[in-house]
Amino acid sequence: MSDSENGKPENGTPEPEEPQTEAKAAADEAKAKAAAAAKAKAQQDDAEKEPWEKDPVVPELAEADGDPLVKELVSEYGESIQSAQSFAGDLVLEVGLSDIRDVCRSLKERHGYTLLVDICGAHFPQREPEQLEVIYIFYSLEQNRRVRLKVRVSEGVEVPSLTPVYAGANWPEREVYDMFGIRFSQHPDMTRILLWEGFNGHPLLKEFPLEGIDTGAAIYPEYYEESAGPVAGTGTGWKPPAPPAPGEPDGGDAGESETP
Amino acid sequence: MTDEILTGADQYETLFGVEEMELNFGPQHPATHGVLRLKMKIDGERIVDCYPIIGYLHRGTEKLFELHPFFQNVPHTDRMDYVAAATNNLAYVGAVEKLLGLVVPPRARYIRTILSELQRISSHLLWLATHAIDIGAMTPFFYTFRERELVLDLFEEYCGARLTLNCMRPGGQPYDLTVGWAEKSAAFVDSFPAKVDEYEGLLTENRIWKKRTIGIGMLPPEVALEYGVTGPMLRGSGIQWDIRKAMPYEAYDEVEFEVPVFTNCDTYDRYLVRMEEMRQSASIVKQCLDKLPEGPIMAKRPRVLKAPKEGEVYHSVEGPKGEIGFYIVGDGTANPYRCRVRPPSLYNIQVLPEMVRGGLIADLVAVIGTTDIVLGEVDR
Repeated sequence: MSDSENGKPENGTPEPEEPQTEAKAAADEAKAKAAAAAKAKAQQDDAEKEPWEKDPVVPELAEADGDPLVKELVSEYGESIQSAQSFAGDLVLEVGLSDIRDVCRSLKERHGYTLLVDICGAHFPQREPEQLEVIYIFYSLEQNRRVRLKVRVSEGVEVPSLTPVYAGANWPEREVYDMFGIRFSQHPDMTRILLWEGFNGHPLLKEFPLEGIDTGAAIYPEYYEESAGPVAGTGTGWKPPAPPAPGEPDGGDAGESETP
Repeated sequence: MTDEILTGADQYETLFGVEEMELNFGPQHPATHGVLRLKMKIDGERIVDCYPIIGYLHRGTEKLFELHPFFQNVPHTDRMDYVAAATNNLAYVGAVEKLLGLVVPPRARYIRTILSELQRISSHLLWLATHAIDIGAMTPFFYTFRERELVLDLFEEYCGARLTLNCMRPGGQPYDLTVGWAEKSAAFVDSFPAKVDEYEGLLTENRIWKKRTIGIGMLPPEVALEYGVTGPMLRGSGIQWDIRKAMPYEAYDEVEFEVPVFTNCDTYDRYLVRMEEMRQSASIVKQCLDKLPEGPIMAKRPRVLKAPKEGEVYHSVEGPKGEIGFYIVGDGTANPYRCRVRPPSLYNIQVLPEMVRGGLIADLVAVIGTTDIVLGEVDR
């Protein structure tokens, strides 16, 4: 829009004695100039614009080794603090599996992170060999700050439970086990929490299909054989019990209904 | 075989005297506020131990989040804490905005603040009604539902829905306020503090209410912190912590309000906290309506929201029940790679055994009421 508007007065006054080609070149040059001016103007406008009128600035990962908390933890635990990054103001530390409980204890007792906000899991199938991740979020009331710890786990490896440090870790850890199959050692009650005992699989793993999987046999043994449950992707897959064969003494009804 | 059959005095002793009994409570019980099940060990009327069983309303919301683009996930959040959809929306869109670097225009921030405070009022009104009914006070129900209806009418006029609002979008608000909406809500919040006085007139100095709530369901502050309890439960235990003050979001740093704190750690004090919060919410709505700026309601944003290739955020807001947070991991696509909900009710109900141990079964109902849980959120 703006460059054609700016270009118009230039186009409107071509010198008549010059040949057509030169006039065209001049017009092109003027157009380019106008475009550059428009661009500069747009940039200037952009500076005057309110932040919500500009294109969003996507936050980027940054190293956070200089953070005082990170420095203290590194001096206490050295190699166990594998990386420290910040993203959009959140501090994220990656911690070695074996030291996670000690680091959390230190966070709680020495650094004031008394509130356990959340524990959750995540699954990254493309990573080898440690596909799973447990994420801990803590909050310090005095410093008004959150910190996130991450632990990478291979399948089948147990993570030290945080229940001796934070009593509130009990249920979220059970949920991580339920959803991802990550077991926690020294947990007082390592059972499923949202799904039922006997459920086959861990639904938040990436390979778990959205439609669900055959778990019917465990819930309704009277309807399904042990190895066969409802079929994924076919609705409920509910099968009524098979009608008795006609020859059997109780099968009289079925035989009669066929005749008319 | 014969020695297993108890007769005479032995049988009497087992049933009523020495031995403990196991009692199942729920999942279908009017006082559990949904499908909470409790397995209890009781000694007469005393609760020796209690084991909550949850998961009856599990719908796999976190899995669904991974399969839908950022936009389409907002309605899923309505269905978690279904009596406080606006604050759920706010926590989710806030997390998405943090991940994508979106800046929300001021008018949208104010509208969001108004909606979430009205939502807090309506959620607390529902809590008060059911809590009072649980304890045996039928009357407050009719009073609180009268006002809750007005709040739901305001929601209906704004976005067309009464409960599952779906009233926020990443980057701003989907609709501007309708003509006359601001006046209607101003009239409501002006009259509301008098209504809170009415409820308090029914309950606060009521002898039966005090007998049933004072000293019941004790939750010492150190236990509350240990279990990650947040929201009015924490403030009823004397810890002054509110995300609206600690880490202000939307327009909360531009309005004045107080965070009520009571220190007796019992059911009565949690009741007082929520009553005062309703008054403060009305005052916040009033201030926001007075200050409501003109301007756009949606930020400039790409047509398809794509998360950065690497990056994860946690963002939380102060919901009516406590800290509701979203942890979102991005992988460069239009869907969240992983989206975890931090439900306040899950942590608040986890501490229930600590609160009821040693108490009476009759008080269990009062304690469940005071935790203000919504099972849709606990189970997701």
